[in-house]
Amino acid sequence: MRWPSEIKALLAALLLVLVAAVGVKAANEKLDIGISTNEIAITSDFAGADLIVFGALDNADPLLLQLGQYDIIVALEGPPKETVVRKKDRVFGIWINRYSMRFEPAPASYSISSTLPINRITKEIELSGRTIGIEHIHLTPAGNVGDGTRVPEFKSALLRLRVEDGLYQSEPVGVEFVSSSLFRATLRLPASIPVGEHRLRAFLFKNNEFVMERNLRLRVVKTGIEQFVFELAHQQAFLYGLLAVGLAMITGWLASVIFRKD
Amino acid sequence: MSIYLPIAELSVNAFIILGMGAAVGFLSGMFGVGGGFLITPLLIFYNIPPAVAVATGANQVVASSFSGALSHFRRGTLDIKLGLTLLGGGLVGASVGIYLFTLLRSLGQLDLIISLFYVTFLSIVGGLMLLESINSLRRAAANKPVSLRKPGQHNWVHRLPFKMRFKRSKIYLSVIPVIVLGFGIGVLTSIMGVGGGFIMVPAMIYLLRIPTNVVIGTSLFQIIFVTAFTTIVQATTNQSVDVFLAGLLMIAGVVGAQYGVRVGQKLRGEQLRALLALLVLAVGVRLALDLVLTPDELYSVVTTKEGF
Repeated sequence: MRWPSEIKALLAALLLVLVAAVGVKAANEKLDIGISTNEIAITSDFAGADLIVFGALDNADPLLLQLGQYDIIVALEGPPKETVVRKKDRVFGIWINRYSMRFEPAPASYSISSTLPINRITKEIELSGRTIGIEHIHLTPAGNVGDGTRVPEFKSALLRLRVEDGLYQSEPVGVEFVSSSLFRATLRLPASIPVGEHRLRAFLFKNNEFVMERNLRLRVVKTGIEQFVFELAHQQAFLYGLLAVGLAMITGWLASVIFRKD
Repeated sequence: MSIYLPIAELSVNAFIILGMGAAVGFLSGMFGVGGGFLITPLLIFYNIPPAVAVATGANQVVASSFSGALSHFRRGTLDIKLGLTLLGGGLVGASVGIYLFTLLRSLGQLDLIISLFYVTFLSIVGGLMLLESINSLRRAAANKPVSLRKPGQHNWVHRLPFKMRFKRSKIYLSVIPVIVLGFGIGVLTSIMGVGGGFIMVPAMIYLLRIPTNVVIGTSLFQIIFVTAFTTIVQATTNQSVDVFLAGLLMIAGVVGAQYGVRVGQKLRGEQLRALLALLVLAVGVRLALDLVLTPDELYSVVTTKEGF
């Protein structure tokens, strides 16, 4: 029998909606993250801290979840800063800085945490494309680098020193699921964490494939008197110098008065 | 107790800094020196960035020299006119020194130059002092009269033109060597973060023949201004003066100095000078070893301006 064309169109539309709904449901895992504060204050006794990031994984396939096919990576990138790496060499018996290489602005700190070591989560090319992981931080030499043969040497020295200083660090199993859809990531912040605007990035992977990324901003600031001193020193440098001298004179004068012998 | 230094941008143990300040203050009281030449290397040994150590050292010397100069002023052992002449050269020297400091910092050679300056000056001054004090100890042991050596009566310094009368010091002297000496000390102040008393005092006594009683007060007087000037300019151009660090050092330093003075009065002059010479040499040797021995880490990282 012949269907009226209106009904045919209606059925087709219904079918489309159904298919779309199923399709969307299947590929619509959603990642959300939250932190208790968007500002971290460095006080005079700051000795590093743990940053706890909570996150939710919505619309996850329960079966895949049980099989551990979902992976999460959370990374905190510090403010980009230009860096110079120098290498000492012996000249006339003494060690002096002889070679140097300047790098374009790159995160001054980097802390990463994941459900698994990141090279087991996804392919190298995916990690480097999305700049995930300490080895994949973009370090581009600036200026004249000659034939470029020294670049890998300086690059690895930079990464190694930053890791030794705790500025770059990774926690391969720092993300854990607290329930089927909630997870908690622990990021270690070093004592020497640079102040400025940090970027918190969270990545969701399913079956080793990238699904989505979420970003949050986090400010690291010096507080109280430290911040005051730092800002004064950089913005009102002359006044700050006068204050430093004034402080010294008062201390010297007090000492000569208190300990006066006559 | 750890304390965060806002300019050095690192956490240090406040008691270690206080201890350093007290120890150096003690020695400076004992030997009658500013102590800047000990504080700066100590801070560098404690991993404070050399640029901050130098600028903060200069700030700390303001306090100790001001306190010392005040008591000399009360006793009338301070020649203001001579001090101002030295100061004229000193301020120019300090400006040149800070220009060099900024230039070397951008070239990455600042740490090396600071170390080289220290090694050179500490070895020369320490060596000369040690020789001189051993000689006087020997003479004292042989029961000969102890007196400061005066090599020759006529000195080329005293034949220079532009002579001026310095009433308090009771001398008639050309201003050229005074200004040149001030200039040299000014350069050292900004590059080494020292007052320069350990060089200026011998130079004034042996080279310019200024009476010993006004030398220390006058050198302290000019050191106040040159170190104060250096502190302000360092703060303005390099933002490397850490007032928290300087404050801790100053407070401990002035207290330590009081006890040092008392101990110093019980020791004989030659013994004191021999001890100071050994101390100066020891710091110099330690810095020299750092330059010569193969370092554990060949690479160093410096972050510069913020980028985008």
